[in-house]
Amino acid sequence: MTLSHDQIRRFARHLKLAEIGVDGQEKLAAARIAIVGLGGLGSPAALYLAASGVGTLGLIDADVVDVSNLHRQVLFTAADEGKSKVSVAAARLRAIDGSLDVVEHPVRLGPTNSVPILSSYDVVVDGSDNFPTRYLVNDVCVMLGKPNVFGSVFKFEGQVAVFRPPADPCYRCLFTESPERGLVPDCGEAGVLGVLPGVVGALQATEAIKLVTGAGDLLTGRMLLYDALRMRFREVTIPKNPACPACGESPTIPIEEDYVEACASGDAARTAIEELSPKAAADRKKAGAVFIDVREPEEWEICRIEGSILVPLGELPMRMRELMPLRQAEIVVYCHRGMRSAEAAGFLREAGFANVRNLNGGIQRWSWEVDPSVPRY
Amino acid sequence: MKIRVRLFAMYREALGRGEVELDLADGTTAAQVFDRLFAGTAYEKLPRRTTLYAINQTYQPPATMLRDGDEVAFIPPVAGGLA
Repeated sequence: MTLSHDQIRRFARHLKLAEIGVDGQEKLAAARIAIVGLGGLGSPAALYLAASGVGTLGLIDADVVDVSNLHRQVLFTAADEGKSKVSVAAARLRAIDGSLDVVEHPVRLGPTNSVPILSSYDVVVDGSDNFPTRYLVNDVCVMLGKPNVFGSVFKFEGQVAVFRPPADPCYRCLFTESPERGLVPDCGEAGVLGVLPGVVGALQATEAIKLVTGAGDLLTGRMLLYDALRMRFREVTIPKNPACPACGESPTIPIEEDYVEACASGDAARTAIEELSPKAAADRKKAGAVFIDVREPEEWEICRIEGSILVPLGELPMRMRELMPLRQAEIVVYCHRGMRSAEAAGFLREAGFANVRNLNGGIQRWSWEVDPSVPRY
Repeated sequence: MKIRVRLFAMYREALGRGEVELDLADGTTAAQVFDRLFAGTAYEKLPRRTTLYAINQTYQPPATMLRDGDEVAFIPPVAGGLA
């Protein structure tokens, strides 16, 4: 691919870098990069990759813009609320560079569509927000031999790595198995400093550009840990794991299964728990049911159902003694949207609490259907 | 022997600090340090496979014996990004 006069002017400051130059810029123009998730990480990654002269960007996200996205998802504005992230982003990126080819994939990546979608790209940037998608992206990239630029955030901390098997380790070399649901927050349940994914997503874009151009040393075989609160970068060296179930000597991970739909399915304990609509729960409250809030203290500060007891999900096992007097009482557990509380309800049921029910849709739905004075977040 | 423990993300939160110094008997393994620190917390029974154990900034198996002056880090996976 030869650069046009317009491209030479546009990318002049890249062309002056010996590590990029005309050759690197031509490689970028010919490159096809997929971005999984157009959120806090995907926003800066997509903006910088588009501005840097990447030829084709594939955008994968099934979601629509919500006002709570705007504190970190810099692709979007208040006017975009309710619109498809992929289509808003595509227009925004084409406005940066008219010659950019944006491929829109307004779908959720799953076991059946991931191979056909990702196979047409050279590099995958993983900006997803949940473990099933992270493991799926990893395993499909291993299978297809695509480099996977990983970035992830939690509150004030970020993790970045480039996974490039077969030569270098993959995500499962570090974390063989997905953590148990409920133990590790995902699906937006944990807070995050708005600018944090900006830093991490920009680091991912940097590595994607280096993968394409061949410039510098890649973040392979090591993971970068960023702590925004203390402003420290640390690094951990990661060897390839010969016993890795995805990229090891005898891989055992089938792509077809094992990816539980994020935040949507339940285990056996959960399905046995009766769900209450907000109106039904309000009736039980009047009849004397005890409400247990399993969210975090910071969420409790934002809003709560009056009269409830705060027991964050992570503290539940340690506070069983305190709750034991309620074993025969009628209990309704709730959280933000009903997932953590389902986990808690299952736990309480197994511990012998006879009469536990889950508030379906959490305090969010309660606000819509019972008490609009409760703020939604 | 004296060792330094570094904790990240949820592990930092669970113990309320990012760094702990411990005086341990010779022969203590990284896994034993994890179990001792997280006894009685939600992470007590966490499978080993879901934590990255690093000794002196390099991944090591959980059963690795520590030596005087070692720095051991416990790093959990974090999924967040989009939502």
